[in-house]
This record gives sequence, C-alpha cells and structure tokens, in this order.
Amino acid sequence: MIIDLQRFITEGRPLWSELQTLLERLEQDPAARMELEAARRFHRLYRRTASDLARVTTFTAEPELRAYLESLVARAYGEVHEVRGRRGRFRPFRFFAISFPRTVRRHAGALSLAIALTLLGCGFGMLALVLDPQAKEALIPFGNLQGDPARRVAEEEKSAEGPGLRAAEFSAQLASHNTRIAIFAVALGVTFSLGTMILLFWNGVILGAVALDYIRSGQTAFLAGWLLPHGSIEIPALLIAGQAGLLLGGALLGGGGAGARARLRRLGPDLVALLGGCAALLAWAALVEAFLSQVHEPALPYALKIVFGGVELIALILFLFASGRRAEG
Amino acid sequence: MIASARERSLPIRTPEGVLFSLPLAGPVTRGLAWLIDVCCITAACAALTQVIVHTVGLLSPSIGTALAVLLYSGVSIGYGMALEWRLRGQTLGKRLLGLRVMDEEGLKLQPSQVVLRNLLRAVDLLPGLYLVGGAACFFSRRAQRLGDIAAGTVVVLLKGIEAPDLDQVLPRKYNSFRDTPHLAARLRQKVSPREASIALQLLLRRDELDDAARLRLCSLLAESFRRLVAFPEEATAGLTDEQYLRNVVDVCFRARDARDGQNPGGVGQ
Repeated sequence: MIIDLQRFITEGRPLWSELQTLLERLEQDPAARMELEAARRFHRLYRRTASDLARVTTFTAEPELRAYLESLVARAYGEVHEVRGRRGRFRPFRFFAISFPRTVRRHAGALSLAIALTLLGCGFGMLALVLDPQAKEALIPFGNLQGDPARRVAEEEKSAEGPGLRAAEFSAQLASHNTRIAIFAVALGVTFSLGTMILLFWNGVILGAVALDYIRSGQTAFLAGWLLPHGSIEIPALLIAGQAGLLLGGALLGGGGAGARARLRRLGPDLVALLGGCAALLAWAALVEAFLSQVHEPALPYALKIVFGGVELIALILFLFASGRRAEG
Repeated sequence: MIASARERSLPIRTPEGVLFSLPLAGPVTRGLAWLIDVCCITAACAALTQVIVHTVGLLSPSIGTALAVLLYSGVSIGYGMALEWRLRGQTLGKRLLGLRVMDEEGLKLQPSQVVLRNLLRAVDLLPGLYLVGGAACFFSRRAQRLGDIAAGTVVVLLKGIEAPDLDQVLPRKYNSFRDTPHLAARLRQKVSPREASIALQLLLRRDELDDAARLRLCSLLAESFRRLVAFPEEATAGLTDEQYLRNVVDVCFRARDARDGQNPGGVGQ
C-alpha cells in the first residue's frame, strides 16, 4: 500500500511545524524548562511525528519527506527520552567545595595508583642519579636546574628581593602551562592509561632527581622553601589529573563495545569534576609560585615558606578528605 | 575495516519502535570546520589582546601580559566548550558547515560530554595537524575521534530539509489512468513503495539530468510499470514515457480521484 502523500503532507505539516517551533525554542536555551501542559503537548506532537515517520518508512520510500521527519524525530527524541538528571545552573562554589572532593574520594584507588607511580618515579630518579651522576642532564630537562645547586642558591640569595615586576605575567604563564599539562594527563588516559602512567612516572623521576641533587648539595632548606609553597598544591593537583587519566583508561580497559560506552557515560561527569577542581588548584599554585616561591632568603625566611607550604598541604588533605561529607550523608 | 560512506550513519530505534538514522560527518568536513574555528580563535585572541594592551597594558604592562596569556588559554581551551554548550553542539565552524555534536544515543548533549570531548582534543591533535583524531575518525564506524569515543558523542550532518512539494511534479491535471479505476487500484496494489519513490524522485529531479539520461531512465521505469498493469490503449495512446510515469506517480501518491482539477490539455493527453 502507498499512502496518499499529498493528503498526508497537508494534514501533517501544521503539526510538524508546531513541533519544529517548539524544538527551536528549546534549543535556544539549554536550561529551559517546559510547563506541564506544554510538555504534554510536546510529547503528543513527538508521538504523532514518530508515527508519521513510521508510516512514511513503511508505505512510501519518499526520501526527502522521510529525512525531514527523521530530523524532527531525532531532535525531539533527545528531549523526550533524556533521563540523566538536569543539574540546573552551574554553581562554582558547590562544585569546588562538594562535588570535587567527593569525586576524589570516590575514586581513591586511582589516586593511590597515581601517587604510587609518582613515588616509584621519584625512587627511580634518585637511584639513577646515585648510580650515574652524568645522567643529570637527561633526568632533569630544565636548563636552570641542571647547574650546581649550591651556585644557584648563592645567586638567588644574592639577588633576593620581593616579587618582581613580571611576577603576574610569570604566574599567568605557569597557570596556563600547568593546566595544559593536567589536561594532557587526563587526555592520555585514552591510551588505556599507558600515557598517563608514563607521564606520572616521569614527573616523579624529575622530582626525585631534583630533590636528591639539592639534598646532596646541602641545600635542603632552600629546596623545601622553594618547592613546598607551590608544590604542596601543584603536585597533588597533577596527581588528581593523573587520577582522572587512570579512570578514563580503566573504563576503556574493561572491554570495548556497549560496556565501555556505558562506563564512559557514567564516568564523564566525574572526570570533568576532577579536572575542574584540578584547574582551580593549579591557578592557586601558580599565584603562590610567582609571588612567593621565587622569593628567597634573606627577603623571606625559608622557615616561613616551609611552614606556609606545610599548612597548605595539611589544609588540602583535610579539604579532600572531609569537604562535602555532610552532603554525602 | 574502513567504514564505507554508506555505513556513516547512526541508526537509532526509539522505545516506540520507530527507527531513524542520523548522517555522520566525515573527517574532511570536520577538519574544515575546525580550521574555521582556529581562525575564529586566532581572530578573537588577537582582538582581545589589542584591547588589553591598550587599556590594562597602559597601566601595568606585566598585568596586561598576564591577562593576555590567561585570555589566550581561556579562549583556546574554552571556545569549543562554551559554544558547543550554548549553541547545542555547534561551534561557528560547525554551524557554517552544517554540523552538530550529538549524544551517540540520540539523547541530549550533557555539559560533561561537551567538556570531555573538547579536553581530549589534546590527544586527538597529536602529533600535529589532527593526525590521531583524523585517523580515529576515518577508521571509526561512527566517525568518532578519540574525544568523541570517550565522551559518547558523534558529529552529525544537518541537511536543509523540507517536506517535498508534490504540486511541483503532480499538478492536478487529467490522468487518463483514472478512467479505469479498477486498473488504477491494481497499479497501486502492485507498485512497491520503493518503485513509486524512484519514479517520484526521477520526476522531482528531471531538470538535473541531461536529456539522454532522462529519456533512458523514463523509458526503463515506464517499461517496468507497463509490465505490472496493462492499461487499455485509449488510456495510453500518445503518452510519452515521462507522461506515463507522471500518471503512475499520480495514481500511487494521490489516493483521491483528481478529476476535480481536470485539464483537457493535461498530462494524460
């Protein structure tokens, strides 16, 4: 049987146009909500159009009309059948103070693995430097850290002064650079976590080699005073980015197909929460690094910087451990 | 196996049992959209940097540079996220080329999906020129780059779709086939929807074909319809193959008798 196409179009067109108008209105504002009566009308129009599409598909093979109805049904289908909760307007404070720490805790296993990989890298970096001091250039890819630590400390302390005129610029560059590294750590999760694991391990190698180099030169106080103020936030932030990358890889590792797709759908909001929190921490770390970490004795006592860094680290641990627990209950 | 062009669509069956498919965009179209976006990002950053240099930069060059650096990072990372969320899956490049990011199950695009697919561009861009993402898109059955796979999204082609205007090909003129209603009814019964649609499409697109091709197609189709039902000679006398097809299509797609609008000089004559 072939339907009377002309009559079919004449009768259906007003309803299809109404559905199209409603869809356009909805699509203009992603956070828009419909009143109950409007939602009922929308649902009726969707069902009628879907039924028309079924008739066109069954009783004619008219491709243009079918494509037109398919596009309408496809757009309305997403609106009608979406069951993932609407989260409403984005609230930055709630996101950072509740969603972020809760997500970190929920995936504590991945964070532990990220910490273990970094510590393993630290150990490897130290061991490599002990066994082969000539490997310093290969292990520490930053020109300003490849020289003699004692000489650097002497130079830094000689020219010690308050935050330089270019501190703001330096801070912005650090925040931008570190955020990109964090994004990269997450994104490398698509290599079934291998890329993220290598990145975490290699960060650990650099950290271990630098630490041992300064400790062996008797510059432990300088090292702690330089690294702790920003490192106590920056290093955990990168570990959290690594945690997100490991989770992403884990979701892909559990087998492909529909299972992996379902796992990724569930995981998506958590990855975004981890990376969003991580970006906020990195912004703070960049400010501290530019305005505090680069200021040395005698302008600023190392003890004060070390205490500041220690307080930050404890505050961060407490925040990640406790914040948002009441909301969980 | 490389997904062929025919497979590049996303079939979705609704709980009501209706099946529809979304045409998927390939790597070339998506690459062009990205190029347009890169131009937009560059232009926006350059313009905003000039504004900062000539305002904040005059008061403090260091803070001006800091703001410019943050702005560049913010725009380059946030451009795709902000526009795809605000414009329902479209950036400026995608809008110009008629593309839209959609959930791979046809559902509403979630903010986390938008963020994730844009963040994972960092890997898709490796080692440069979108090679990883392009290759993934080329080989993927759903034309997805790695960011799409992780976020559960696809990029579909939006076509300028309108319902067909049948009056364009089926003006209400006299149709000699309707003089023998029992044969017209038999024709409607025997012609499959697909055959009828092919004939309708041929008439809709007749002006796009050169004369020889059009005549040959009309001849082939008319011959196949003649074999289905034999109309009396007086109903077919003097009809060209194209006129024959018009009568067939009219009978198939207009159930009601069209003799209200008879025109002595119409198609059937």
